[in-house]
Amino acid sequence: MTLFQNHLLSVILFTPTVGALLLLFIGKERDNAIRWIANIFGVLGFLVSLPLWFRYQPQGAAWQFVEHADWIPAIGATYFLGVDGFSMLLVLLTTLMGLIAILSSWTAITERVKEFYIFMLVLQTGMIGAFVSLDFLLFFLFWEVMLVPMYFLIGIWGGGRRLYSAIKFFLYTLVGSVVMLLGILALYFYVYTATGVYTFDITQFQQLTIPSNVQKWIFLAFFLGFAVKVPMFPFHTWLPDAHTDAPTAGSVILAAVLLKMGTYGFIRFSLPILPDASRAFVPMMIGLSLVGIIYGALVALAQTDWKRLVAYSSVSHMAMVMLGMFALTPVGITGSIVQQLNHGISTGALFLIVGIVYERRHTREISEYGGLSKVMPIYAAVFMIMTMSSIGLPALNGFIGEILILQGVYVVNKIWAAVAASGIVLGAAYMLWLYQRTMFGKIENPANEKLKDLNLREIATFAPLIALAFWIGIYPTPILRRLESSVTRVVLRVNSVYGPAMAKAAADCNNPPSAAAVAAAQANAPAGFTIEPPCTTEPAPAAPPRREGERR
Amino acid sequence: MLVLIPLLPFAGFVINAFVGRRLSKTVSGGLACLVMVAAFLVAAITGWTVISGGHAIEQTLFTWLPSGDLQIPFALRVDPLATVMILVVTGIGALIHVYSIGYMHEETDGEYARYFSYLNLFASFMLVLVLGANFPVMFIGWEGVGLCSYLLIGFWFRKKPAADAGKKAFVVNRIGDFGFILGMLLLFASFHTLDFQGVALAAAARAPETATFGLMTAATLLLFLGATGKSAQIPLYVWLPDAMEGPTPVSALIHAATMVTAGVYMIARNAVLFSHAPTTLAVVAGIGVATALMAGTIGLVQNDIKRVLAYSTVSQLGYMFLAMGMGAYAAGIFHLYTHAFFKALLFLGSGAVIHALAGEQDLRNMGGLKKALPVTYWTFLTGAIAIAGVPPLSGFFSKDEILFRTFTGTAVNGWNGRPLLWLIGIVTSLLTATYMFRLVFMAFHGERRHDAPAAPVRPEEEEPGAPVPPLPGPVYSDLPAVDRTHGATHASHAHEGAHLHDAPPSMAIPLIVLAIGSIVAGFIGVPHAIWGSNRIETFLDPSFEVSREAAATEPGAPLVDVPPAAEPHEDTGRELTLMAVSTGIAFAGIGIAMYFWLRNRAASDRMARRFAALHRLLLNKYYVDEIYDAAVVQPIRLLSTSGLWKGVDVGIIDGAVNGVGLSVGAGSRGLRRAQTGSVRTYAASLFLGVVLILGWYLWR
Repeated sequence: MTLFQNHLLSVILFTPTVGALLLLFIGKERDNAIRWIANIFGVLGFLVSLPLWFRYQPQGAAWQFVEHADWIPAIGATYFLGVDGFSMLLVLLTTLMGLIAILSSWTAITERVKEFYIFMLVLQTGMIGAFVSLDFLLFFLFWEVMLVPMYFLIGIWGGGRRLYSAIKFFLYTLVGSVVMLLGILALYFYVYTATGVYTFDITQFQQLTIPSNVQKWIFLAFFLGFAVKVPMFPFHTWLPDAHTDAPTAGSVILAAVLLKMGTYGFIRFSLPILPDASRAFVPMMIGLSLVGIIYGALVALAQTDWKRLVAYSSVSHMAMVMLGMFALTPVGITGSIVQQLNHGISTGALFLIVGIVYERRHTREISEYGGLSKVMPIYAAVFMIMTMSSIGLPALNGFIGEILILQGVYVVNKIWAAVAASGIVLGAAYMLWLYQRTMFGKIENPANEKLKDLNLREIATFAPLIALAFWIGIYPTPILRRLESSVTRVVLRVNSVYGPAMAKAAADCNNPPSAAAVAAAQANAPAGFTIEPPCTTEPAPAAPPRREGERR
Repeated sequence: MLVLIPLLPFAGFVINAFVGRRLSKTVSGGLACLVMVAAFLVAAITGWTVISGGHAIEQTLFTWLPSGDLQIPFALRVDPLATVMILVVTGIGALIHVYSIGYMHEETDGEYARYFSYLNLFASFMLVLVLGANFPVMFIGWEGVGLCSYLLIGFWFRKKPAADAGKKAFVVNRIGDFGFILGMLLLFASFHTLDFQGVALAAAARAPETATFGLMTAATLLLFLGATGKSAQIPLYVWLPDAMEGPTPVSALIHAATMVTAGVYMIARNAVLFSHAPTTLAVVAGIGVATALMAGTIGLVQNDIKRVLAYSTVSQLGYMFLAMGMGAYAAGIFHLYTHAFFKALLFLGSGAVIHALAGEQDLRNMGGLKKALPVTYWTFLTGAIAIAGVPPLSGFFSKDEILFRTFTGTAVNGWNGRPLLWLIGIVTSLLTATYMFRLVFMAFHGERRHDAPAAPVRPEEEEPGAPVPPLPGPVYSDLPAVDRTHGATHASHAHEGAHLHDAPPSMAIPLIVLAIGSIVAGFIGVPHAIWGSNRIETFLDPSFEVSREAAATEPGAPLVDVPPAAEPHEDTGRELTLMAVSTGIAFAGIGIAMYFWLRNRAASDRMARRFAALHRLLLNKYYVDEIYDAAVVQPIRLLSTSGLWKGVDVGIIDGAVNGVGLSVGAGSRGLRRAQTGSVRTYAASLFLGVVLILGWYLWR
């Protein structure tokens, strides 16, 4: 039990890996055994992550559940895990969506079943690892680990031009991550020249004061890596192809979790490590986001392929997430994070919804459908709820995210908010048109007459998402409370206007320094590290002795 | 207690949505009606408490949205204004539910339960809208009724026009929401509160923006954009006439008790704020009166019974906005309340006609129904008299109040257009009486042009209201024959009986109750001029000013803007004159209708031929739908399909990316050719390289 207590994150991280290893020993013809094991590990992965929600202390230390061990001492790389409210929620989203994606594949995947589930489970570890790593090199390792299984998921189990899409996905992401690695290395060597210590410790990077011209170059390097993942206009064209040709489970994970890697990267690395550059690039980031919102929505309006339409709606929604983030206000960033969860829930569900009929009919052309609500009433109801969630109907999750983002943006610039709000009108247009073309009307295609409604397993994949959509829409307080301190810390770094928020955050600690003291300390500090405000890091339970000058 | 009012219909929705398919029609329909009646009783008790207690009741359930400085509680509040609204919504709503039991009886059990679950949900959201104590909670209801109208208008989703109309309603309303959201954000950014009382208080503390275009003007204009969407005013009225594609009781619900009143209510709810933005008020009045006139002229020539009523709703809503713009909030709400009675009555009556005629909606195929459908005829006639503004029926009092306040009001400061607005109002009044009685005479009087057995079956849910030949809705023309049985069953009905059935009891009782309501509802607002006491105005007025207690807590807040509680009595003479004028106008309108459509049908045809261009313009509703399509819908479609998707996405971006890929490929193929494996070539290139490098150094 102590293992579970002290190494919760490691347990969460490697549960899927254990499942994948176990699958290696199962004969590949025993499909059902493989499915059962994969599903059990999916559920298990979610269950072990649940304590994060309950044991996370909103008012507690900045980094919780911290684990620290040596990894490659020679270059200062460590096995350093920990979460704040933001990454805690993303980990939960990952384990839940992983469970759902695995469950949804029971009948959809009939070929090379064993490899499929192994890749799914490895992918899980990769994604969780990226969210919990507090060591930049470790983060990068997991970041690359995600890439390979996803490539194979699209390339082997996909449809359409699956090889083209898989390679496109791989190349785009790889180019982005290579440039990002350059940025990481630049940061790493810069820290070394400033302090004489080799380290990849993110919590320390977040307290650096780096000259702003250096920041700008590193920001651009990170930008390429993260913007491709988000994806931001104009780096988005891999997304429609990858989504369209990926198997359902792949699309769900891609939309719900993989895209969040980009936004996570911006909030975790770009904003707090490179605050000056982040501020300097606000016009560019906002500009691309606004274009993305309108552009994604308009292009979605033109689609004739169901999955591609949802993919472009993703472009629009993720641009909204970026907009809220680069408002650099507490409400905007909170909204941005909430909207990341919402996008995971509703777009994940929308891909599941396409998957259901794709599995039955093997086509994604919208014109092939129509009138489905007559033969599939439960399916139609689920689709309706998720459509409404996606277009931001109040009392469902989408609204909470949108209104927070708009409010956060509005106080900075009214025009930005107005442009973003017009995207909401278009959102209603393309989603309702999609709904009408697929669900309403009469059945004109005889192939649709005998379609089966959702079975119990399929309902089980949607149930948690629907529950979450209503929960976040009606009572978001518990989530917002868990985000408060993480958001405050980011804003504190990147936006000096929010002095009062800074003081409040400091007062939350046991030993509060005044805001002025922190600022003064920062001003006096040499180019290297700044004075660290207390209680940003929980002492790691089994931390190895640290080298001098590394921390504290 | 307060939360019960929306919660009761919501419970009905939940039950019917989840287990409705397994319930019999009696149970699911009965349950839906029961929760509405219960909600009405709770609303009545609440209303009584408000009236006797003299102050608002508030209930905060939980904190909905706490983030930084944005703290939104989920709070409900009922004051005099909300009291009137919840009584209208639950009362008229309950009658429409009862009527639906009869009207929808031919649906299958599952569909029947689905219908009633939507109906309950609709009422529930409308009650949240009305009771919400702040903008975001109101917005829940605001969007919720939009969703329900989408579901209900498209209830017969298997026919394309219905599905199209549902989508149109939602999207057009979303354009309005764009304004609502931005207005809300602006208010929050300036006042740091979204509570209605808080906003009113903050607004009252500022000087009215008489000559300036300040933030209150901007915020109210944005909110008004939202109101034009919900309440079907220019430029966003286009969804409402199409909304009659839904089942007729739904039209009654949308047009009378819920949905379209939301915009009017929202302005009245923020009366103090709007009073501080005279520019906005002028815009509201102008848009209102223009909408009233335009819709009235269109209503004059339409041949679909429901379409005439739909345009009449748009027109009457214009009156309500005129009242809002004049600062006569109580008069506007008074008209909203009387209109709820007679418009629900007229829609339900038209439903009874359609029901009896096997789905026939074209007025030209009706006629002579007076004898066959006595209950429907007499109740419908009552509604028509009430909307025409004949004293002493309800419509007279409310409409007259608006016109009187328009003539004498003081709200449009500096601009003396009031007589003009009044004149347009009076002309619209003439039009109202004319088109309503044209409808009555064409449907119920004259010769019977509908021989039930042989009639071409044009069921309500099959084809849009028989578009006139020159304009076949291009979208709908490919529609195959009906797959549903509603119309067909009605036809067989009529066939077997060989005579027409009047409304069954479940439909007749609501009609009669509403007819009585249409007669007496106006008596609570009899003006002082004819020895009434205008109770409703004195009752409502506290809602339109900053409450004394609230103002007392805010020192130095000048109460500059309280609208005069009651009109001074010295105007009695003028008021009586105006009253006589509008009464005369109502009778004149009825007389015109009588001449053209009862005495001398040929004359009306002659008129139509003489002014053929004008006739066609009106018949085609000023081509507004076509203009919107050409100016907005098609350009967006073109831009998104060939411009952005095929052009930018596939052409430029992917083109560039693939171009890079191709050129790398071509480059490497070129380089591969250099790797010939021939030693002589390698030696030659080596030699060339040496020469070049040496040359470079020497030449430097």
